[in-house]
Amino acid sequence: MLFLLICFACENESVEQYVAMPNPIDIPKLFEDNILAPLIPVDNPQTVEGIALGKKLFFDPILSGNNTQACADCHAPQHAFSDSAKFSEGINGDLGTRNSMPLFNLAWNYNEKFFWDGNTFSLEHQVFVPVSDPTEMNSDWKEVELKLQNHLEYPSLFKNAFGTSNIDSTIVSKAIAQFERTLVSANSKFDQYLLGKIELTSNELNGFNVFMDETKGDCFHCHGSDKNPLWTDNTFHNNGLDTTFTDLGLGAITGDPADNGKFKSPSLRNLAFTAPYMHDGRFSTLDEVINHYSEGLRNSATIDPLMKKENQGGVRLSDSDKADLKTFLLSLSDYDFIAN
Amino acid sequence: MKSISLLLLILLIISSACSNGDKVELTNVTFSFSHNWDGTSVTNSDFNTIKFTNEYGNQLSIERLRYLISKITFHKTDGNTIVLEDYNLVDVTNNQNLSFMPAEFVTTGEYSNISFTFGFNNEDNANNYTDLNTASWIVPEILGGGYHYMQFDGKFLNQANEEQGFNYHAIRAVNNLGETLSFPQDTFIIVNLGPTTITDNAIFNIEMDIAEWFKTPYTWNLNELNQTLMPNSEAQIMMHKNGQNVFSLKSVNQ
Repeated sequence: MLFLLICFACENESVEQYVAMPNPIDIPKLFEDNILAPLIPVDNPQTVEGIALGKKLFFDPILSGNNTQACADCHAPQHAFSDSAKFSEGINGDLGTRNSMPLFNLAWNYNEKFFWDGNTFSLEHQVFVPVSDPTEMNSDWKEVELKLQNHLEYPSLFKNAFGTSNIDSTIVSKAIAQFERTLVSANSKFDQYLLGKIELTSNELNGFNVFMDETKGDCFHCHGSDKNPLWTDNTFHNNGLDTTFTDLGLGAITGDPADNGKFKSPSLRNLAFTAPYMHDGRFSTLDEVINHYSEGLRNSATIDPLMKKENQGGVRLSDSDKADLKTFLLSLSDYDFIAN
Repeated sequence: MKSISLLLLILLIISSACSNGDKVELTNVTFSFSHNWDGTSVTNSDFNTIKFTNEYGNQLSIERLRYLISKITFHKTDGNTIVLEDYNLVDVTNNQNLSFMPAEFVTTGEYSNISFTFGFNNEDNANNYTDLNTASWIVPEILGGGYHYMQFDGKFLNQANEEQGFNYHAIRAVNNLGETLSFPQDTFIIVNLGPTTITDNAIFNIEMDIAEWFKTPYTWNLNELNQTLMPNSEAQIMMHKNGQNVFSLKSVNQ
């Protein structure tokens, strides 16, 4: 048990204050050199005990209404903490309407808007949503608190992490958020290349150029670059999937029709593990994704002007450029991340 | 930054100790950016609707407008200058950084000119800025690297009367067709605001007339120049020339 026990002797009482062991995020060099520092809430610093507790909770089905489903069931480590199914199945067999988002580098989501439509502010608040969603874990937070409170281990684990064994949803969410912030992915083949440790193939290098070339892929305006190794701008765009919308995305949250059909740009890291793609998982392969931007754009009132040559269906890449772009994109996958 | 302010403070103390003349003090300055279209105010609430008409006659909307200003410089009457090293990414789309107070102080007094740079000069453009990288503001190395000066995106009605996207992105002009990159001319813009006497906590109210980007000397036709303008050095030079009269000093409050 790693904590400091400090006793303050008062006149008539003794107050025990538990201080968990600080365990700040290990910031990858490429991130430190090129982008702003991660966001860590002052009221929820990373600690050894908090992270360990959050990890245990993340993998424990106790959070679900019938104790059958853990966070990790729809956010599986081998899929970069996403789901290989188009839509995840809840405890009652209900299907969601959006593809499970992968979880990594979440502390660098600077606007702190989470989910495909950005409906929730802060990682801590994000934790609340799937637990009580009837189509997901379908729990009642009061019942979750009670189950954890009556558990043999959890009260002492919370005591070690947060100084109290009175478990409430707030500290549950804090623990899980701490664990999620440790999911840092920064060791892909392309990262190794940027660090000067390996060389890329000529196909991968050409694919990177296609990605960065405004006359070809022009992906960098929304999906990061060698200088923004998150490989996302973390903002919301309509990328030309539909002419009309069955899912309004950001527009349903803001109420602004100009936001209809906008969804968060996902990171392009770990695409080897995160199929299917797009907010609704409509594309099973990366080839389909690339073909969409190349020839499949569909016009709508809110399509982002950054979608080049929309009136021609897209940027119309050659077959070899498409193949190289795919090769480059796969070089952003971090096999260490899913192994650890 | 801190060293410049410290130097100014020392100069101020020496000045105060040795002279019974005009009193010189350090003060903050603020730069406030507002926007108009041919004199009619524009905010982000005007975005996403085709409601503007440029000099050529293209009807257009604005969906995204961000631009960088740097190197705010105070030119004294004796020829000396105070250069503030801060920079500011004005984000009209998200209503962010429209008011900018540099961390550095300036001395009160009379100035023959105050200027800033639209974009970065070439030296500053070669540095690495974590906040600008985070804001996806970079220019790819295949175009010389560095950073955007402006990102102005929207839609216009094309000749088929259909909405079509445009990306009026200003960067350092570059020719990338040969073996090596070449830079035909500088395309950052030094904006001169004119003389001002600063007394206390001056607020410089700066206007951008967005319509000017399409107006003089080149009457910009979006049917011809709409997307993929970053590698188009001629288009970049046209933007540079049209940008000469985009900014003006509306007023100074103090």
